[in-house]
Amino acid sequence: MSDFLFEIGLEEVPARMISGAEAELGKRVHDLLTRERLVDEGAKFTTFSTPRRLAVLAEGVLTSQTDTEEKLTGPSWKIAFTDDGPTAAAEAFAKKAGVTVTELVKLETPKGEYAGATVKRVGRSAEEILVAELPKEVLGLYWAKNMYWRAGKPERFVRPVRWVVALLDQAVVPLEIAGIKAGNTSRGHRILRGETPVKIGEAAAYREILRNAQVVADVAERRHKLRQALDKATRSLPGVRWREDEPLVETVTHLTEWPTAIMGDFEAEYLDLPEEVLVSVMRDHQKYFAVETAEGKLGPHFLAVLNTETDEEGAALIRHGNARVLRARFKDARFFWDMDQKTPLSDRMESLKHVTFQKELGSYYWKTEQNLAVANALTTAVENADLPFDKAALFKAVELAKTDLTTELVKEFTELQGKIGGLYARAQGLGETVAQAIYDQYTPASIEDPIPSTVEGQLLGIADRIQTIVAMFSIGMAPTGSKDPFALRRAANSIVKILAESALPFAIADLLDWAAAPANQKKDLELFFAERVEFYLKDVRGIAYDVVNAVKASGLRGIRDAIAWAEALNEARNSQDFLSVSAAVKRMKNILRQAQSQGAQIDTVQSFTESLVEGEGVRLWGITQLVFAQSKSLIEQKKFKESLQIISTLRPWVDAFFDKPVVVMHEDAKLRDARLGLVNEVCSAFSSIADFSEIVTG
Amino acid sequence: MSATEVALPVKPSPLTFQDLLFRLQGFWAERGCVLQQPYDIEIGAGTMAPETFLRVLGPKPYKVGYAQPSRRPADGRYGENPNRLFKHTQFQLILKPPPVNVQELYLESLEALGIDLKKHDLKFEEDNWEWPAGGARGVGWQVMLDGLEITQFTYFQQCGGLDLDPICAELTYGMERIAAFLQDVDSLYDVVWARDPETGAAVTYGDVRLEEELQFSVYNFEYADVPKLWENFNSYEAEAQKLLEQAGKLLGDENATPKEKKRFPLLATYELALKCSNLFNLLDARGAISVTERVGVIGRIRNLAVGVAKAYAQQQLAG
Repeated sequence: MSDFLFEIGLEEVPARMISGAEAELGKRVHDLLTRERLVDEGAKFTTFSTPRRLAVLAEGVLTSQTDTEEKLTGPSWKIAFTDDGPTAAAEAFAKKAGVTVTELVKLETPKGEYAGATVKRVGRSAEEILVAELPKEVLGLYWAKNMYWRAGKPERFVRPVRWVVALLDQAVVPLEIAGIKAGNTSRGHRILRGETPVKIGEAAAYREILRNAQVVADVAERRHKLRQALDKATRSLPGVRWREDEPLVETVTHLTEWPTAIMGDFEAEYLDLPEEVLVSVMRDHQKYFAVETAEGKLGPHFLAVLNTETDEEGAALIRHGNARVLRARFKDARFFWDMDQKTPLSDRMESLKHVTFQKELGSYYWKTEQNLAVANALTTAVENADLPFDKAALFKAVELAKTDLTTELVKEFTELQGKIGGLYARAQGLGETVAQAIYDQYTPASIEDPIPSTVEGQLLGIADRIQTIVAMFSIGMAPTGSKDPFALRRAANSIVKILAESALPFAIADLLDWAAAPANQKKDLELFFAERVEFYLKDVRGIAYDVVNAVKASGLRGIRDAIAWAEALNEARNSQDFLSVSAAVKRMKNILRQAQSQGAQIDTVQSFTESLVEGEGVRLWGITQLVFAQSKSLIEQKKFKESLQIISTLRPWVDAFFDKPVVVMHEDAKLRDARLGLVNEVCSAFSSIADFSEIVTG
Repeated sequence: MSATEVALPVKPSPLTFQDLLFRLQGFWAERGCVLQQPYDIEIGAGTMAPETFLRVLGPKPYKVGYAQPSRRPADGRYGENPNRLFKHTQFQLILKPPPVNVQELYLESLEALGIDLKKHDLKFEEDNWEWPAGGARGVGWQVMLDGLEITQFTYFQQCGGLDLDPICAELTYGMERIAAFLQDVDSLYDVVWARDPETGAAVTYGDVRLEEELQFSVYNFEYADVPKLWENFNSYEAEAQKLLEQAGKLLGDENATPKEKKRFPLLATYELALKCSNLFNLLDARGAISVTERVGVIGRIRNLAVGVAKAYAQQQLAG
């Protein structure tokens, strides 16, 4: 058994692409070695990555495939060999099997005697296979964006390939990738080690050798080193801690080979700037971690992750340089903030005419007018539902919501769109309700975010998004497959989430009406939203797919009702009686389906006559009518649980109906129609509440 | 409360703005680059100079460097913002094809500017560059030195709508930023441009350029005559288009001699396209281009730039 090490050395790979590529390379090497019978189950695969390399170490690799023997059967012996010796048939068979005619043997089989040959296949060596196959696998790696670099454009890859290491234990596997011959030398840290080759004497020693060359190749180890460095740098100042930021930790892990950290300061006066701006500058623009006090308040410090290790003089220079950049950015932000105040939001409406919302639709001025119209329709429904809210504040918020697009601060920090508007509204004395609604207009940005805290914010968020969705559909910009350039799915997810988690009395169908969805788009829009509701129920609420399917068929209009209903169904599943009834419904549906496939016209079956069905049937029908009247009235009162409990009480009658063999498809047409009619009526009573046949009862 | 009280090391007097340019030019000249003078009409970036835009087309190797004053009228701030300029200096370098050690050469060039990389933090962070109006794009990085973007490092993949083969490396050094960083000043206007070796008296960036920043901001934002700008735009565009049509006929004519083809003034045609690009930027700064028009006008410039690039590539093949 040997160890196989493969490393591809690259110019700096974009941080966002590294972990996916590392995993894919590991899988490709694993699959290749498995496919080629070069590893058994005991083999161990470890992958590595840094900005400048991807690597995989496979421990427990066979140096060659095992030899195999295959017995081939050829023509019958009599045809192969005559008294004159071997025939043309024997020659042809021997040639095909790759043996000489004299090596052919006589095989005794139940069907008679045949010419046979034993073909020995010598296993190929691991080296041979890797040389032939691995380069294709590596060049097949997926990259979100790749490039040409060699003349003649022989291959594309994420960045130029600069070196390749391929070792079976200590021996170089002479493969070649993108014109680079594999060797046994890697590179260490660009600055700390320079370009002097680093010899990998042995595959298994890869990690240690690189560590000695100031490269932590193992991502988990590097992340750990980085977190420790952040902790250590923060400890230089008592009572503060760095603000946890998982995505940022990932990014800087993939930007460094040898991470260390320094803490620096900025002037406390900048703490007057909104925290959103400060954090955005530090995190999004500079990739710094924010530092907070024990009370969780932002302190005038920052943590920068370095891809190097220096002496004190270097640390001082680096700290000073980073602080200088940060100060300049804060100064800019302050400059923009002050400049923006010269033109209050309320004076910026006109300039929205020059900001395009969508080429074919119009400007953000147009968009604002549309949003106002939708908001107007929404408020009527809210007023009817007695939900307290400030109508004037809502309209003010809708009117000014997009004006921050014309501010310098938003041009600089686009990711703070909406939030800046809210902060300006507050600073300009437009009132807390208006400010908060504007601030929250893009919340929830993702499905994990909470919904806006105020009714006004919820209404603004819904009006803005439904208007966008309907308008985009109307010009043929509906999302298709993986293409959703205007993030309409995300917008719809947010609407669903707000409706589900607020007290707003709207159903999706209402929203589509209020946003004036064109008649020919309605069906598509309904389907589009049905998918989003389903996504919400399954992926956000964790409701099982069968329950979701049952709920979908219930025709409930409100999302909150659908959720309550789904939860009641989920609970009812624990009841044996309920499951039994569900199973019976499924059975009845099958009967109807079969009847239809045999030509029965269920829809046109007349109401059955009681005298034509047996006692159990009549009793089931009677009790069904009774139970469903009660169940429906409970649903109207939103007592979903109770409604399902009542339905469970049908079990004895259902059981009785199916206890005796029921011949629905009676040869007497009259009887058959009557029985089908009965089953159909019982079924539709169930369907009017939920599609019980969807519930998985197994 | 402060994280650190370590005094900064005392350094020898840092390089002046013009020293930095000398050093960079010297460094790359020693590595075989042609040193060009900046292009002498208004352009928005070093990429747009023909020494980049046209030279990267076709198979012929070329190495060139030049310090290009780059005008972005909308970025002007009347000289009031310490970090923003209407016109800044890009040291533009084209290596076609890129040598395999291009990154190492780049790092050496930083050392040549007096940057001791062992005492700084350097990162190559993904940044893909694109100039839609020139049909140009590439992949690469912004090079970050102690948190400051000092260079745009791009592997050009396409230019003038044409796929490049060989590709080239384009290094764009932001000279003002690098100078402010090395001289450790908070305002670009405090950068020392030159120092009298006898008296030690400094001439600052502000001394040299502040007036220009102010007056051009005033012109770009307040005085530039919008109808005239449009008129000029249309007139340059019309002339360029006419030339392109003539070029198309001539270069496609089997009876035309290589000599006739080679003398066709595509370089002048390209200059007219650049005039249009600058006029567009001025109109934009004046707020005279509505968003609906914007894409269309960029498309008009693109037609000219891409048209010249295609014709130029064809002309190179003649004879």
